[in-house]
This record gives sequence, structure tokens and C-alpha cells, in this order.
Amino acid sequence: MTRITLTVDGAKYIDDVEPRMLLVHFLRERLGKTGTVVGCDTSNCGACTVHLDGRSVKSCNVLAVQSDGHEVTTIEGLASNGELHPMQAAFHECHALQCGYCTPGMIMQAIDLLQDNPSPSEEEIRSGLEGNLCRCTGYHNIVRAVQTAAGQPAGGAAATLEESAS
Amino acid sequence: MSILGTRVMRVEDPKFLTTGGVYVDDLRDPRLDGAGHVTYVRSVMAHARVTVDGSAAAALDGVLAVVTRADLADLAPPPVPLGFIPPALGRPWLADGVVRYVGEPIAAIVTESRYAGEDVAELVSVDYEPLTAVVDPRVSATDETLLFPDHGSNTALAFEAGSLDGLFDGCDVVVTQQITNQRVAPVPLEVRGTACVWEGDGDDARLTLWASTQSPHGARDQIATALSLDPDRVHFIAPDVGGGFGAKFGVSVEDLLLAVLSRRLGRPMRWTETRTENMLGMGHGRAQLQTVTIGGSRDGRITAYSLDVLQDSGAYPHFGAVLPFMTQLMATGTYDIERIAVRTKSVVTNTAPVVAYRGAGRPEATAAIERAVDMFAAEIGLDPVEVRRRNLFAKEAFPLTTQVGAAYDSGDYAGALDKVVAAAKYDELRAEQQRRRDSGDTKLLGIGVSSYVEITAGPEAGTEFARINVKPDGSVVVYTGTSPHGQGHATSFAMLAADELGVPIERITVVHGDTDLVARGGGTGGSRSLQLGGAAVHQGALETVDRARELAGDLFEAAAGDVVLDKARGGFHVAGSPDDVRGWAEVAASADAEHGLIVDTDFTAQGATFPFGAHVAVVEVDAETGKVTLLSMTTVDDAGPVINPVVVEGQRHGGIAQGVAQALFEEVRYDEDGNPQSTNLADYAFPSAAELPDFTLVDMATPSPLNPLGVKGIGEAGTIGATPAVQNAVVDAVAHLGVRHVEMPTTAERVWRAIQDAREGAK
Repeated sequence: MTRITLTVDGAKYIDDVEPRMLLVHFLRERLGKTGTVVGCDTSNCGACTVHLDGRSVKSCNVLAVQSDGHEVTTIEGLASNGELHPMQAAFHECHALQCGYCTPGMIMQAIDLLQDNPSPSEEEIRSGLEGNLCRCTGYHNIVRAVQTAAGQPAGGAAATLEESAS
Repeated sequence: MSILGTRVMRVEDPKFLTTGGVYVDDLRDPRLDGAGHVTYVRSVMAHARVTVDGSAAAALDGVLAVVTRADLADLAPPPVPLGFIPPALGRPWLADGVVRYVGEPIAAIVTESRYAGEDVAELVSVDYEPLTAVVDPRVSATDETLLFPDHGSNTALAFEAGSLDGLFDGCDVVVTQQITNQRVAPVPLEVRGTACVWEGDGDDARLTLWASTQSPHGARDQIATALSLDPDRVHFIAPDVGGGFGAKFGVSVEDLLLAVLSRRLGRPMRWTETRTENMLGMGHGRAQLQTVTIGGSRDGRITAYSLDVLQDSGAYPHFGAVLPFMTQLMATGTYDIERIAVRTKSVVTNTAPVVAYRGAGRPEATAAIERAVDMFAAEIGLDPVEVRRRNLFAKEAFPLTTQVGAAYDSGDYAGALDKVVAAAKYDELRAEQQRRRDSGDTKLLGIGVSSYVEITAGPEAGTEFARINVKPDGSVVVYTGTSPHGQGHATSFAMLAADELGVPIERITVVHGDTDLVARGGGTGGSRSLQLGGAAVHQGALETVDRARELAGDLFEAAAGDVVLDKARGGFHVAGSPDDVRGWAEVAASADAEHGLIVDTDFTAQGATFPFGAHVAVVEVDAETGKVTLLSMTTVDDAGPVINPVVVEGQRHGGIAQGVAQALFEEVRYDEDGNPQSTNLADYAFPSAAELPDFTLVDMATPSPLNPLGVKGIGEAGTIGATPAVQNAVVDAVAHLGVRHVEMPTTAERVWRAIQDAREGAK
């Protein structure tokens, strides 16, 4: 067992973990942060994406011990005081989720994408999300959501926003 | 103004956006504390006699049990998944001396922790004595090696329609082609998972089982049958489900076993498969070898069509064995063809069972006829859109029954085709294609068209349950027997109830997926939910209003017939006296002060419905490498009136993406010994956002006469229309080089080889 100290969604945790324990299992099994899910065994799907010191990582590809001394943010730490993060709000406004399984990872990756490139083209959004798979949406509305969060006019989604606000 | 047809954003979203959904593996129910973790030891050979020794593994610390078939000898085999599958082709609980596909469960290990399960699985000793693996369905059909000697044949089922006698007599042109509708994997992002606990003793013992399923009531009945229990002894819960796409309809043997293990060990149990297990064992879709033959006149009239289907059912027949029936039923597609004949046969092979996958039998039918029509058009040198126009069922012909016995309810196929062709600017695309060809551009343009019709909520007329409960506080709870897992019923069904009750959707909640809370239900699959479940909610709401008018009449001391519902004010008054309004709360409380007003209803449709549409795909093909890039998809998908455009567009987008993926990328492959070659998402070409374009959706709504909402199913439409449009586009791009067909997925290598072969052939 190895002792680790880390911050997750703003709270500090100290725990003893097996060296082979994956960060995603630590989050889920030890901290009960089940908002972060596992979708594959090969780091292809990105469903487990979280932020490690503000940058996106696939938490199935990080050992819990590697997060020692670092700060982790999951989907559960994004909203503050009941206020959705703009990316969460954009996913809702653009109907960018169906079954919801890829959603936490997709949102965490999309936020990182805009950190790198606040005004991405559609092509840059699509390539920036390449490591996150969705089987329900065909990505169409996910791209709209990222455009919306980036403050770009996003075609059909803009009309959606107006009508849902009225 | 009615809320129906307006863009209402989903009410179910906030949880998924903030804390994530609660899928089976996320459950922290205290009844599951101390649960054993189940790990399945799976066959690494496709066909072999096996001897299992789990004693070394069983002796290790932290191992609660190692269970093999011998330990379950007292149990009757699990029932076959569908009634008409021959029982001799049923699967055992665990491999019974013979394994028939890579991934088949051989032993179940129960451990204290999940990590330990994977360690211990390595220590179970399995001796394999190889048998001849039958991987190719054409080899299977020869019956040289029988997978189930007791059955005496590898054929599970066969269907046929129409006569082959003189089928193509009198045709000026006859074109034939073998087509592989390849095996693909459903790949819901959430893999299969199950948790269960028994409470009570002896005959009072009751099982609560959570599983990632599309059909909780059906799954409950399957478990009750397999375990010889009264269904009341099983409480089945579908928590949030991370995608199903047909493959999660019902339960799998791994789910059933969990209940057995839990009972025997006296512990709650959990099981969550890995992605590799999911790719090996959940089942695959499609997997048909087809031969199409199409004949007609040189002026473009198609007069005869035959479709021969050899369905690969995989090792233990499941839905896949039955898919050819749906393929047969939809064989003629949107075309009025005088003579048609279909022959189908489903055979077993040493591969994973073939299950339902989005479209389930209809995409295969559409892919076949749409390729055939394109080949016919190419042969006579007519534009494929024009050939379609000359053969579509006329708008005035509906309702009609096709040559293969499908009762099409309503349609305007030419209208859909015209709309999509106009929206895609088809003529401009053709001009651009010609310009590129003339200039020697190596980036060739391909334009593909499909016209499709499919069947939803069929083949028999369906039924669905709804309960409307108006609470004494005036809020409403809608219970439905459908089981959404992304389809937005909590929003759409609330809209349906709101529209009739005059209660805002913010005060309406929708309950589903729990067999104790919902009396009965058919689940969500086959695009049945809105037209059956939604229609049931609509019917229930109307009946609730009728009942409430009687109750209000009592309050007013007036006849029910004189009481009217003022939807804008959410209350009742006597006609002509609008000032004295009794709200829903008061009226519901007058029915029952504690529970309010409860109305149960079952809606039965007059028949299956037939959504239709037309797609145009545009691809760019690199003539030097064969690489295909999808430039655009424009689609008309007509499923009748739209209740919530937001949800319907999402269903179309997702379906189109999956249809495109089959045409361009995805294929489950086995080598000749039955070793799977695509066991994870690194090997399997599941597309990301980077491989797909935006989709252009064109609206069209032709009502069905078969339910009061006029609606049809939209869940599978995109998948059905998109695949042939894209495949046709790829062939179209290189047709001038002499290519007449390219198999799916149309990978760069396949396209490049097709070009080379055509050049060789031209020499």
C-alpha cells in the first residue's frame, strides 16, 4: 500500500492504495465519485476523462499513485453553487447528450479543448474530441455545444436557445 | 397553444451533466454491501471440447467460489431467448463439455474484490481439445461439421416468400450481385453490468436485480422462467442505461447466472464486464451474405427482384437467427415490383451470437435493394434518382400490402426523394462530379442516394401500458412500460401528458424501468416507444380528464358532461361559469386524499407503422489511395408528426452516424479458426467526431392512420437510410473507372483494389 494525498473537486483526501490501482477506480470505489465512468480497457473511449492539475487526462490511464500531490477535477466538481459550468449548460441547450455515459468525459475534454484554443473551427473541435467516443449523438450536437460554449453562432442550436429561453 | 411539436430541452439532463447518471456499476445501494464480484472465465478457442479444473483457484484467499457446469447440473438449461428457436440450439449455463465461440463463459469465479477476480481467472485450468471451427456460414450450410449434432443440421431457421418460377422471364436486363452485409458490433458505451440481492427465505425469497437492459419487464419474465420463479418473486430494475442499440433487449446468460450464484452463496453479487468481454460476448449485428438479382426493362422499369439471404446466427441462435424474417418483410423497399422472391436461411457458426442491432433486419433489406437498384441503373445508363422515381409506390396507393406481405400504412416516397434531392442540390453535385472527372482531378466526387421504408413497433400490432397519477398537490406522475436509455421519454411523455391535462411539464415526472413501480411494459426497442408508450400516455391523459370531469361534477354538483377543463388555468369549471375553477389538486384529492387520481390504461395499436425517407451522401474518394472522406449527409426521415424536434433530431443524428459507420468503417472480423480480430476499441473502427461531418436534416411528416398521434418510430431510421446511401456514393465515385460494386466497410484498401481490378479487367 502506498499513501497518497490529493485534492479532488476541491476537497483534500489522504488514502492508502495499491500501487496498481487506477485513478478512475480510486475515484469511483474509494471516493464514490461515480460520475466518472469506464467505457473501455484501452484508453480509446475517453469516458473516464478528468482534469489533473487543470488538464484533461484519461483516468483509466493514470495510476492513483501518480495523482499524489496533485489536483483532480471531475464532472462532479464543475458546477458551483448550483450554477452549471458554461460547457454543461451548452450540452443541455444543444441536446448534446442522450444516454449520458460519454457525457462527463466529453465535457471535461471539451473544456480542455477551449482552454487550448478558445475559438476553434468546426474541424478543430472535431479533431480535439477525437479521443472521446459517443455512440448516441453522431457528435453533431456535441460540436454545436462546444461552439456554443465558445460563444460562436452555432446554426440550429442558436434557434434552439432562443426558443427554449422564451 | 399546444406544446407538442415545440423544441423542449430535455428535463432529464441536469443529473447527467453534474453528477453523471447512475448506471449499474455506480449503484451504492446498501443492500449490495458485501457483494461478491463475479468474473467469467471465457473460452479462448472457437470450437473445442473442454475440461475445467478450478480447484487451484478455489483454494486461494479471497475466492468465494469457482463454479463450473458440473456445479449447476441440477438446473434445467436456460430457456432459448425466442420461442421459435429450436431448443436443441439453446445455450448452457456454462460451457457443457464443448465451447462454441471465443468468449463463451466456461466458469464463474466469485471473489471479494474485483481486482482479485481477474487475477484468479488466470488460475482456472481449462484443457482444450480442438474441434473443427466453422466460421464461414457457407461452410456451415454444408453441414459437414455439425455444431449441435443433436439438432442434425446447422440450420436454425428458414423463411421464404414468393415464387422463383419464371421470375425474370421477359426482363430486358438482369443484374446480379453477391453482397456482404458485414458483422458489426453494437458498442454501447456502457458495457453489460448486473447486480442482485435475494431477500427473505424459502418460498418467500425475492430477488432484486439491477441490469443494463432495454426491457425490464421482459427481462424479469426471462429470469423468472429460467429460475422457475413466479414473476412476482423478481423485482427487476433498469437503472440508467448507457446505450443499448438493440443488443441489450432482454438479459444474457451472465445476468441469469448472477441470480443463481447469489442464491447459492447467500450474498449479493455484482458483475461488470470489460470492453473486451463486451466485444466478444454481448453479441453482434447484421452478418448476412446476400445475393440480389434485379430485372426490368431498358426504360428503367423494374419488374422482378430476388433476394437470397444466408444469415450467420453465431453459435447460439438469438435475435439474429430471426432477422431474415424482417429482411424478407421489407425486401421490396419503396418499390412497386411486380414479381419478388425471397429465400433466407439462418445457420450457426463458431462465432459470437448475432443479436438485434439498431434496425435489426431492415437495414439489411434496404442495403440489398438499394445496391440492386443502383446496379440496375448503372447497367441501363440511367440516373439512379430517375430509376427510383420510375419505380416507387405512388402516394395514392396507400395503404397497401406488398408482394411480400407487409402492410404499409402511409407514405410519400417520391415526395421524400424529391425533397432530399433538392436539399442536397443534386444537379449541382452531378455537375461538380463531371467537372472533376473531366479535369483529371484525383479527388473524385461520389453521390449516393437511398430511398427507404422500414417497419417499427412490429411485426405484430403492439401494446403498451401507462398510468397517470394526479397527486393531491396537483403534480402528475406518469408511469410507462417503455424503458428509455437516452431517448428522452421523460421529456416527450411529459409533453404528451401536459398537452391533454393542462399541467405544466415542470410538474410532471415520468417513472420507468422498475417492475415494482410499473405494472407491465414492453420496453424500448424496435422504435416502438412513442407510437405505443407515447400513445398510451396520451390515451391515459384523456381518460384521466374524463374521470376528473366526473369528480369535478360531484364537487360542482353538476353533470360531468357540463364540466370543462380549462387547460390554460389547469382546472375545471362548469360550462358558462368560468369564474368558479376547481384545480387539479382539489379534483385529484377528491378521488383519494392520499394518492390522488390514478388511471391505468393499455394502448393497442392497429398495426405496425412504416416510416420512410431518402438520404443523399456525398463522398470524396482519392483515386490514388482509395481513401474515402464523407463530405455530407442530407436526409429526409419521415416518421409522422414530431412531438419534440430536439429529441427526434438527436435520434436521427445518432442513427445516421451508425449507418455511416457500417458503410465506411466498422467490421467485426474472425480469422479462419474463429479467433476474433476486433476485441477492443483500438482494433474496432468506431468513428470519432473527426471522421464524421455535420448532418443536414430535412423535415417531412406524413401521419400514420394507425394511432391517434399519427406517429411512427424514429429510432432506427437514420441507420437504415444512411448505410446504402454512403455505399452507393463510394461506388458512384469510381463507377466511371469500371467499378460496379465495393463491399462494406468501404476501406481505402477495398476501394483501391476495386479500382485496380477494374483497370485490369478493362485491359
